[in-house]
Amino acid sequence: MPERYHIPTVPTPAQFRPIGKYAIVDWREDCARCRNCVKTACVNDVWSSERAYDRDPSSPVEPLYDCHACLSCVQGCTKGLLSLSINPEMLALGDSYWRPEMIATTWKQAETGRIPVSGAGYRGPFSGPGFDSMWTDMSEIVRPTRDGIHGREYISTSVDIGAKPMRLRFGANGELEAAEPLVEVPLPLVLDIPPWGRDGERLARARLEAAKRLGIPSTLRLEDIGLAQEDELPFVTPLIEPQDVAGQEPLLERLRMLEIEDASGALASFERARTANPDLVVAIRLPLRPDAAERVLELYSGGVKVIHLCADAQGCEIGVAHPRFIKEVLREVHTRLVQEGVRDEVTLIAGGGIALAEHMAKAIICGADLVAVGAPLMVALGCRVCGGDHDESCPIAIQEVEVDYAAQRMVNLMGAWHSQLIEVLGAMGIREVRRLRGETGRAMFLEDLDREAFGDIGY
Amino acid sequence: MTSATESRLPVSEGRRFYQMPQTAVEREVRPTPDRYRNPIGRYKVRRSADCRSCAVCVDICPYGVHLKPAGYALPLRPRDHLCIGPSCAETDHYCVEHCPNKALSVGRNPTADAIGDPRWTSDLLISTWQQAETGRVPADGLEYERGASGGGFDALRFRFPEEPPVRVDPAEINTCLDLNRRNDGRPEISIDLPIYGGGMSFGSVSIHVMIARARAAVAWNTFTCTGEGGYPDRLQPYDDHVITQVATGLFGVREDTIQRVRMVEFKYAQGAKPGLGGHLLGDKNTPDVARMRQAVEGNALFSPFPFHSVYSVEDHKKHIDWIKEINPRALVTVKVSTPTDVDMVAVGSYHAGAHIVHIDGSYGGTGAAPDIAKKNIAMPVEYAIPRVHRFLVEEGIRDEIVLMASGGIRTAHDVLKAIALGADGVVVGTAELVALGCIRCGACESGRGCARGIATTDRELTKQVEIDWATQRLINLFAAWREQMVDVLCRLGVKSVRELRGRTDCLRRVNWAEEGGDSGV
Repeated sequence: MPERYHIPTVPTPAQFRPIGKYAIVDWREDCARCRNCVKTACVNDVWSSERAYDRDPSSPVEPLYDCHACLSCVQGCTKGLLSLSINPEMLALGDSYWRPEMIATTWKQAETGRIPVSGAGYRGPFSGPGFDSMWTDMSEIVRPTRDGIHGREYISTSVDIGAKPMRLRFGANGELEAAEPLVEVPLPLVLDIPPWGRDGERLARARLEAAKRLGIPSTLRLEDIGLAQEDELPFVTPLIEPQDVAGQEPLLERLRMLEIEDASGALASFERARTANPDLVVAIRLPLRPDAAERVLELYSGGVKVIHLCADAQGCEIGVAHPRFIKEVLREVHTRLVQEGVRDEVTLIAGGGIALAEHMAKAIICGADLVAVGAPLMVALGCRVCGGDHDESCPIAIQEVEVDYAAQRMVNLMGAWHSQLIEVLGAMGIREVRRLRGETGRAMFLEDLDREAFGDIGY
Repeated sequence: MTSATESRLPVSEGRRFYQMPQTAVEREVRPTPDRYRNPIGRYKVRRSADCRSCAVCVDICPYGVHLKPAGYALPLRPRDHLCIGPSCAETDHYCVEHCPNKALSVGRNPTADAIGDPRWTSDLLISTWQQAETGRVPADGLEYERGASGGGFDALRFRFPEEPPVRVDPAEINTCLDLNRRNDGRPEISIDLPIYGGGMSFGSVSIHVMIARARAAVAWNTFTCTGEGGYPDRLQPYDDHVITQVATGLFGVREDTIQRVRMVEFKYAQGAKPGLGGHLLGDKNTPDVARMRQAVEGNALFSPFPFHSVYSVEDHKKHIDWIKEINPRALVTVKVSTPTDVDMVAVGSYHAGAHIVHIDGSYGGTGAAPDIAKKNIAMPVEYAIPRVHRFLVEEGIRDEIVLMASGGIRTAHDVLKAIALGADGVVVGTAELVALGCIRCGACESGRGCARGIATTDRELTKQVEIDWATQRLINLFAAWREQMVDVLCRLGVKSVRELRGRTDCLRRVNWAEEGGDSGV
């Protein structure tokens, strides 16, 4: 398989003990000490494999990371001594956006590098806010579909970041003028700085290492640029304030991509960076405010062709009382660009609130070319989304993380995302992710479905 | 009841095949307790060391929670899954109050609070087990009609009039469903419930489960489906109630398996993994399974997607014609998933000659599937049913084709809601597995498979489920469901499930945000 279709995942068990969903309550009192103890009969062998973790043998509650809650032990115990409970630590994970099950599935994917599979149907709520109120299409019979999932044909997940002129331009003597630079990424995403907490040395190093292994650019604040080694510079996108561009020419010449904050002077700095290195892809990082669509068009007129829209960590607009979710804003921005006839020239990167592989696919359907992934990379390392500042109080000491291990966990997560994106594309009969962009006709939105199906049913 | 001789139809000239004598199964409800030592109920009854074995509790409890068999010095451990909980305090037989030594206490069972999820709540699991045990409507206090997912069936209720417009005698209620409306000279098959069993292959579930499902289908004069994994010989005594599936991998499909049955299902897609084909992981491909599927043991088996020989309605018709030619007495059903154009797909299947179009929504499914697919790909069946129903009506072919719906049908109320939305009947899978003791832990695919002996082909695990026990549990479940269906139809003043089809006026919606309190979790 060509390299760009393959992500080298390696099973990488957590260096800390993950929090499992279930715990078994065992008061032990009354135990008959029978020889056919249900704990030894566990089909998944969870009791013995996790015995090492049971540091307090007198504790009645045993959290079991790998317990599937099949209840064979609870229901089989001779004296009925065992009960199942949900591990309260599990319920305390995350925040209103990062639900505990999202964190748990991300941990699992970072460990195995594989797509999460389970039986017995879907087990979540019918629908929810944000990305949970849309479904993607599948193709049934008459559309030609592809065989990409199981490998006979490839489904391309790569996209280009950069300006895409609508026609070739020739010089006075008929020679082809230099083409615009493009950065091809094998997955429709870039690695971004964490949306909360400090981007410490090891975290950043791990992200750069992952970026190199994946061939995907990673954003890094300018002040941290010293962490990048020379061979990593092609995979580094420094994030820079407009006024700091001046004087960075030697650095700019060695980069492929640069991101400038959208502050005053952004357009002038954009020009300066482009002049310093014409082969540089320069993006503007735009906070997602209600006027985002207007600002995108302004930037476009100013020559900016790569725009990174940054929602907050929950995927919401910034600075308004009733923020819209990024999916709505993306649809608006995309539609405006289409109406102006310039959509294909621009690369839109959507960041903020991208927590699961499905969010990547759905953000692209709503109009992004690719997404920016920040928080999931930390969750891959065991982050519990406690909202802390990555200081000494961090329960997993994220600043102390081993770089090689952390990079592999990030690569594994992206590998699992890759497989999941292919599932979505394969189901739709779409052979490359570029064609997924803005395909809202191949998606179903809750409000439309509900109106059509239940519109005539009264309350 | 089916017997060896009746319901045989002449086979077209020139074709001969042998059919085994068919086995009859009685449709009778018999108490069939949980197969585990400690059944799970909503409440836990504790008896402390203060108990003096006076057996007052044994005498007063009408639910059989307390037992002290003759010759025993002490009462048995309370059979607390039968307990109706603290609300019993309002009655005159509350054991906690009557115990002279204050040795008894009743509280919620922590395990009951830890199982389940918004789609299959703890109450739905426990009430399904109860229905499978008793064959009756579950005890008071359990929410057995709907889940707590916040949308779809769970946000629909029946709009019961204060007085039914027509007084209907429960004995008159007709729950039959005719499966052939095409008037094409093929057999008129009628089933006694608007329900049949969905495809679960040998490999995905054990042979015991398959046989039990087939036997229950015989008892209720309905069908079960082999899924895509071949046709085990042990199902042959039930051929008349088996649908065999022709799916994209064509695993185990042979001419004689097509000829055995009265119904053949084309599976284009399934709701749990729409557009992705089937997938049996290598661990579950045991020697038995490999032989049945004519495959190599231990290899993961993928069914491709879609049929690589079907890219148009014409191709589709060609396939259906083959089946009709090979088995001149078979009805053909087409199972598809729920894409944006599911209505067009349904009409296409009609024109290709299908008798039944079966739409499988995205939230159901029994087999292992990628989580991303189950949650996100294709629309929930609640939305697909009205869309397809209306389009078939507009096309003027609604009464010539049967619309079956599946993918998240958990309760008898779901069945009737699906019908009121426009389906003719439903296909169930998970509900049957829950009746057999499935807890929906979701680990169907891993290692040796299901810890509870259902979705496994491991010979040791398979033995946990006995065929007779499992058969009876399913017969009981359907009996309890039918009782509820009859009750709802009586209250609506509707005489048959046929008349309920498309009666959205019998439904009302609830605003979940406002009424979310009744979630049952």
